[in-house]
Amino acid sequence: MSAFLSLSGAILKGFVRDRAAVFFAIIFPLMFLVLFGGIFTDRGQSQLDLIQVGDVTLIDQLPAEARAAFEEVFTVEESTDRAAALDEVRQGDADVVVEMRGNELVAHYTRTDQVGAAIVQGTLRSFVDGANVAVSGQPPVFSFSSQAVEDDSLQTIQYVTPGLLGWAVAMSAAFGAAATLNGWRSSKLLRRLQLAPVGTGTLVSARVAVTVGIALAQMAIFLGLGAAAFGLVLTGAWPMAVPLLVVGTLCFMAIGLLSGAVAKTTEGAVNMANFIVLPMAFLSGSFFPLDGAPGWLQAISRLLPLRHLNDGMTDVMVRGEPWSAALLPMGVLAVFAIVVTALAAKLFRWETT
Amino acid sequence: MTAIEVTDLALAYGELKAVDGVSFEVAAGEFFGILGPNGAGKTTTLELIEGLRRPDAGDIRVLGEKPWPRNAGLLPRIGVQLQASSFFERLTAREQIHTFAALYGVGSGPADEWLARVGLVDKADTRVEDLSGGQAQRLSIACALVHDPELVFLDEPTASLDPQARRNLWDLLSGLNDSGRTVVLTTHYMDEAQTLCDRVGIMDHGHLLLLDTPAGLIESHDAATLEDVFLQVTGREYRG
Repeated sequence: MSAFLSLSGAILKGFVRDRAAVFFAIIFPLMFLVLFGGIFTDRGQSQLDLIQVGDVTLIDQLPAEARAAFEEVFTVEESTDRAAALDEVRQGDADVVVEMRGNELVAHYTRTDQVGAAIVQGTLRSFVDGANVAVSGQPPVFSFSSQAVEDDSLQTIQYVTPGLLGWAVAMSAAFGAAATLNGWRSSKLLRRLQLAPVGTGTLVSARVAVTVGIALAQMAIFLGLGAAAFGLVLTGAWPMAVPLLVVGTLCFMAIGLLSGAVAKTTEGAVNMANFIVLPMAFLSGSFFPLDGAPGWLQAISRLLPLRHLNDGMTDVMVRGEPWSAALLPMGVLAVFAIVVTALAAKLFRWETT
Repeated sequence: MTAIEVTDLALAYGELKAVDGVSFEVAAGEFFGILGPNGAGKTTTLELIEGLRRPDAGDIRVLGEKPWPRNAGLLPRIGVQLQASSFFERLTAREQIHTFAALYGVGSGPADEWLARVGLVDKADTRVEDLSGGQAQRLSIACALVHDPELVFLDEPTASLDPQARRNLWDLLSGLNDSGRTVVLTTHYMDEAQTLCDRVGIMDHGHLLLLDTPAGLIESHDAATLEDVFLQVTGREYRG
């Protein structure tokens, strides 16, 4: 086996067997994806629980079509115990209790959930009106139809996936580089490898290959889960996110190397990488959009490499921008990578002492 | 034939003269020991010979070649054991030695042979973090020898081992130069040097104070053991 393959294999095994590293690279960011994708998704109003007490002819005699429409809004439950039904509304377990008093439909609801209350009143009133029209035998004069306008802004999942992926890749690339450099230095493995007939180039490219591989695996998992579970839809030029992510990985490896070169211990290096990456993730819109942020914050944000990675990925993955939209971010990230690597190389020492 | 030739070697860290005018030769096939208290300059001397540091002055020839700057032609001919923990994290003993073998372009055959020779076949699937101190040292030595180098450097291979593990390791070490291989060892243990080494050099304050066979040193200093000689020349003062 060649030195490159064997080194890459050793590094990859070291990563896969490190439960904490795998957790922070893959599981932890996925938890955020599930959180944002699952909880903050723009769902329609959920169904309202309706309890009908006794015979409610108005509901019971609805024609099939109207009955279906009615059941889209309400989950209907029948009860004979009026007091118990009212109690359920009071406790918040049900949304409304309806009963007939002669020809009058009476609805009991609470005002705690104002949206629900408004829907209950509006819907029931329209059914009563519809029934009145039907009883009159005259065709209705006016009709009403609604058409939803497609929202141009991005769905939550569309927005959070590129940003969270950017954060996940930044974090694992920076941590991996920082921990490897410091761990190998303090165990003297770096010294040992210096005394083996293996060039620095081979060593660095093995570490880079593994980190890029991990980043691409993160991307596959994110996009796969986003599409399968949360309705993520990728736009035309999304494959451009692959080279963009590779350059971004190099950039954050450089930041990790810098942390590793400056810090004396592995823990110190990882903490420093965290200290750089986490605030950067917030300032780069990984967790929430920065559209509402003040101008000075926007200005700071645009100085950060993660902002450019996130913007580039959002453009090509979900905004439908052409592939060329990724070129400028790639350039910015490449410049960051070169400058930070040069700085790390200058500060690098073979030994901690 | 000479394996190592060191002439007027000097290296200072700022004001501190870590190595100051050291000269010696090690013959091919010899088992050579470098002894000295903490901070005597043994490890620095070793690092200079290995080519890890650039000397301020002096000349070094290792197997006829200059080790500094990094000499890629020389590296496959030497083996280095730095300390027990110089391993890839979370690999098993077998994966570890196979990785080192691949770095030297050696197949898995010799790697498995060395694993057997240091008695770690039972521990082949154990991760290095779970090996005992003695097992880790034996693996570390096997990794240094997997490419069958002409010259091997062992830096305090028995440090922090219990007496049983130390004796166990001696049996392994004493056979290393049988096939004409040169061994350079640093140690704190005088009994170890006395048992294993053909010749020893005693260093202190960056100088090489004595250089002879263990028996020769004991005789010329009218001492009972090598340890007595060592304490005579380096003093009894505690160095911390």
